[in-house]
Amino acid sequence: MNAADFEYLSTVLRQRSGLVLSTEKGYLLESRLLPIARDEGLESLEDLVAKMRSKNDEKLLSAVTEAMTTNESFFFRDDRPFTIFREDTLPGLIASRSDTKKLRIWCAAASTGQEPYSLAMIIKDMEAQLAGWRIEILGTDLSSEVLEKAKVGLYSQFEVQRGLPIQLLMKYFEQQNEMWQINAAIRGMVQYKPFNLLDSFTSLGKFDVIFCRNVLIYFDQETKTDILERMSKLVAPDGSLFLGGAETVIGVTDKFAPVTGKRGVYGLAA
Amino acid sequence: MKSCLIVDDSKVIRMVARRILEELDFQAEEAVDGQEALDSCLRSMPDVVLLDWNMPVMNGIDFLRQLRQSEGGEGVIVVFCTTENDMPHIREAMEAGANEYIMKPFDKEIIEAKFSQVGLL
Repeated sequence: MNAADFEYLSTVLRQRSGLVLSTEKGYLLESRLLPIARDEGLESLEDLVAKMRSKNDEKLLSAVTEAMTTNESFFFRDDRPFTIFREDTLPGLIASRSDTKKLRIWCAAASTGQEPYSLAMIIKDMEAQLAGWRIEILGTDLSSEVLEKAKVGLYSQFEVQRGLPIQLLMKYFEQQNEMWQINAAIRGMVQYKPFNLLDSFTSLGKFDVIFCRNVLIYFDQETKTDILERMSKLVAPDGSLFLGGAETVIGVTDKFAPVTGKRGVYGLAA
Repeated sequence: MKSCLIVDDSKVIRMVARRILEELDFQAEEAVDGQEALDSCLRSMPDVVLLDWNMPVMNGIDFLRQLRQSEGGEGVIVVFCTTENDMPHIREAMEAGANEYIMKPFDKEIIEAKFSQVGLL
C-alpha cells in the first residue's frame, strides 16, 4: 500500500474510532480488510481505499473501522485481574453496598463477550451472598458485529480452552455440535450496546467497576487522557478501574492512582 | 524442574507435547499406553500426567482410576488430552479425579493455560 493510501486509512480510523494505525500494525491491513474488499467485489486494498475515497459510503467506512478495531479476547485473560475482582473487589463492594444492594460494572471493550461473561461467572458463583442484589454488567464495543457474537455466546473449542477452567465449562456451557454456548442464565446477566469511547459517556450512568483492558494501547496519549478523565467522572468514589497489563494511568492522568499491591487496578486519586 | 509423563499411543503427539513441555521447562517422560504409564508412576511419581483417553492395553480412564488408588498417586496432577470432546467424557474424567481436560487439537497456548490453572506454572 502506498503512503498516501496508508495516510488516508490512518486518518479515517483515527477520526472515527481514535485508533492509531502505526506502520507496525500495517500487517493487519491485509488480513482484516481484504475480506471486506472481496465482499465489495474488489481485487485489492488499493481498490478498497479508492472506493472509500470516491464515495463517502457510511456502511463501508463502518465496516473498515470495525474490522481494524476488533481485538482478540479470551476468558479470564491474564487471570490475575479476575482473581483480584473475585477475592477483593467484589467482597469489598458486597460489604460497602449492603444497604443499596446494587452494583454496576462496565466492560468498555467487551469484544466477543469473554470478559463480561468471565465477570458474570464469578458473580454467579457468589450468588448465595448476592441474593436480592441487582447487578448490571454492561458490555460495550465499537463493533456491533462482535457484540452480536457476544450476545449469542457461542465459542469454538479453541476459544473455551484459553483461560476457562474445565469446571466452569462444565457448569456454565452447553455443547452445540462442535461449539460451546454459554448458558442463558449467564448470557442474561450481561447487556450489550455498541459504543464509541470517543463519544460522551453521560448516557451510560455511574459504575462501581470499570474494566477497560487492552484498548487504551491503541489510542494516542491525548485520547487516553481524555478517556480516562471522563471515566473518572463515572466511577464511584470507592470504585475500581481495571486496565490491561501493558497499560497504566501514570503519566497519562492524575485522576486515577494505582491501588497498592493490585497490579492493573486503579482507584480515584485522593 | 517439574516432571511430566506424556501418555499417548501416537508418536507424533508425544513428540509435539514433549517439545511444548520442554519449552515450558518440564522434564518430559513418555509412555505409550496406560499400563506402561502406571508402571512408570509406580517406579517414580511425576508431578503431572498428560493423558490420552483411547489407547491399547489400558486406556486413560482406567489408568487414572488405578493411579488414584496407588500409594502416592492421589496427589499427582492429571490433565486429560484427548479427542473425546463431549460433556459426558469430560464429566467422567473429572469424576474419576482428573484435574483438567484438554480437547485435541491443542497448542502451546492451551497447554500453558491449563497447566497455569492447576498451579503448575
